[in-house]
Amino acid sequence: MSPPPTDGIDLALHHVGVRFGGLVALDDVSLRVPPGRIVGVIGPNGAGKTTLFNVVCGFVPPTSGALTLDGRPFRPRPHRLTRLGIARTLQGVGLFPGLSVVENVMAGATHSARAGFAAALFGLPRSDRDERRLRDEALDLLAELGVAAHAAAAPGTLPYAVRKRVALARALIARPRLLLLDEPAGGLSAEDIAELGELVTALPDRAGGACSIMLVEHHMDLVMSVCHEIVVLDFGRVIAAGTPEQVRDDPLVTEAYLGADVPAGATPPGPGAGS
Amino acid sequence: MTATQPEVAPDPRPAAASPLRRLLPGPPGAAGPRGSTLLRHLVLAVLAGTAVVLLTNQLPPYQNLQVARVCAFLCVTAGYTVLVGLNGQLSLGHGALMATGAYTVALVQQGFEERAVQGRWILPLSLLLAAAVTAVAGLVIGLAAARLRGPYLAGVTLAVATLVPALTTIFTDLFNGEQGLRFPAETPPAFLGAYFQPERWLAWVALLAALLTMLLMANLVRSRFGRSLRAVRDDEVAARLAGIHVARNQVLAFVVSAACAGLGGGVYAVLTATVAPGKFSLDLSLFLLMAIVIGGLGSLAGAVWGAVLLVALQDLPSLITETFTLPSGLAQRLEGNLALAVFGLILIVVMLVAPGGLQGAARTLTARLRPGRPATRR
Repeated sequence: MSPPPTDGIDLALHHVGVRFGGLVALDDVSLRVPPGRIVGVIGPNGAGKTTLFNVVCGFVPPTSGALTLDGRPFRPRPHRLTRLGIARTLQGVGLFPGLSVVENVMAGATHSARAGFAAALFGLPRSDRDERRLRDEALDLLAELGVAAHAAAAPGTLPYAVRKRVALARALIARPRLLLLDEPAGGLSAEDIAELGELVTALPDRAGGACSIMLVEHHMDLVMSVCHEIVVLDFGRVIAAGTPEQVRDDPLVTEAYLGADVPAGATPPGPGAGS
Repeated sequence: MTATQPEVAPDPRPAAASPLRRLLPGPPGAAGPRGSTLLRHLVLAVLAGTAVVLLTNQLPPYQNLQVARVCAFLCVTAGYTVLVGLNGQLSLGHGALMATGAYTVALVQQGFEERAVQGRWILPLSLLLAAAVTAVAGLVIGLAAARLRGPYLAGVTLAVATLVPALTTIFTDLFNGEQGLRFPAETPPAFLGAYFQPERWLAWVALLAALLTMLLMANLVRSRFGRSLRAVRDDEVAARLAGIHVARNQVLAFVVSAACAGLGGGVYAVLTATVAPGKFSLDLSLFLLMAIVIGGLGSLAGAVWGAVLLVALQDLPSLITETFTLPSGLAQRLEGNLALAVFGLILIVVMLVAPGGLQGAARTLTARLRPGRPATRR
């Protein structure tokens, strides 16, 4: 394994298994997300995609196997992730309904604040400076994503596509070097998805090409167009992995998606096939 | 920031972040408040304080005592509304936390009295200790609370609300049972003159405590901690992914809220120079909750409404029985139940008419009266 670049992070899962009682959610899953790469995780419903994300985020401890980050053992804890440079968006939108759009984005960089509790309690300039810096960063990000006009709005009043972008901004403000996107295209129109694809493709460049992305997605066109590598899960196991072309031509994948009686080499499932 | 964003609608970021907009006064919109948080809140506190001091100079003793009680309750409701409204933790034990603060003040002051120690510093010291001891109690409850949600948390804190007054009748040697404790009454300092109205001095003491509490809470709410509190309330999973230690955040909210309740309870005890378990019954905890809900959950201005309401409604029965000559049986029944009944009635009406509480209604109203600003902000 080559040493990772200093500014990227290299996440790897080694033979990870997760059992919930008798149910095997993940079985001997190994995969790697190298710096600057976009790795897609696809699979039918219940294949274990979200469980995989939850393992990486520390919500679900693996029952077997291990994770490494830059080659070192990695035991993730959700609230520590942003400090390590890992940010995740949630399925749906997962915004805080009681916070305005800009506050939602600011909340994503909670770890970066320098002022402590006492400074906040007494309203010291240190705390004010933190807040101003965060707010400016958040507004810049919202502008970059083209939703700055909604900065003061409550998330509940906004169109779904806008909310998705705000959720993305909340993840990006943590300046992630590894971004976990959980179904970013879910509920979006074809036009929005096309824009999203271009956005995702451009994300690694934000961190000088070192930001890696792990993408769980149903929408096959998006996955095929943006990912460098794709991992296909079915019943908790990796049934195929490789470049989009390799995965597309894999008969096992077609079988998992469309059933056993489809002849190998049939066209891959289109949009919405997995839902 | 690299401009890598392709094919997005032209940046509509308006005046929000422009230098001009930042200089203009007004409610914090997208651009947020500029200037110093402390300075802004200090100015507000001084203005409010001056107004109340001027008011107390006009009022007779009993009404000054009412002002003092409002201020004591405001310490409690300010911290309580932060916990329940902003952090989403429903505690029913804040009456008991008030009792903790009140008994701390009483015991500390008695201790100094027995050792014949006197001095004006005893009052601030005892109040500080009241806040500190109650904060520790809040830490213990908060640690349990961080593992519990919704109705289960309410249940545990309800137990606390009934347990603490019961403790005073169990450890009678220390707390003197139902009789409660007495300690030296707070008197006006000599430089105010020999004939200075004692109730006015008490109102000033309570006012200072209330202003300090409001100042600190306002700072906190405007800081990243305030944002984290609300984030945890709204979505714990998203809050954790945003880098917030949810359990620590909830315990912190409980400790802060308890310290406020302890201070308020301590001030409340100072007003009468006595404490007794009867004052801190379960009713008080329920009154406090209704007060912050009616005032507007999570709003510090709503906490003021709530504190005023607490005193007004507690005094309503005696006002009625004194104003009208009622049969003694009816008068007694009124004394016992009228406040709770009226409180409940107001709660229902307010929830039907203005779910955001009195402060929410006031905000909608002012937004509507102000031209050019949409009243959509909730």
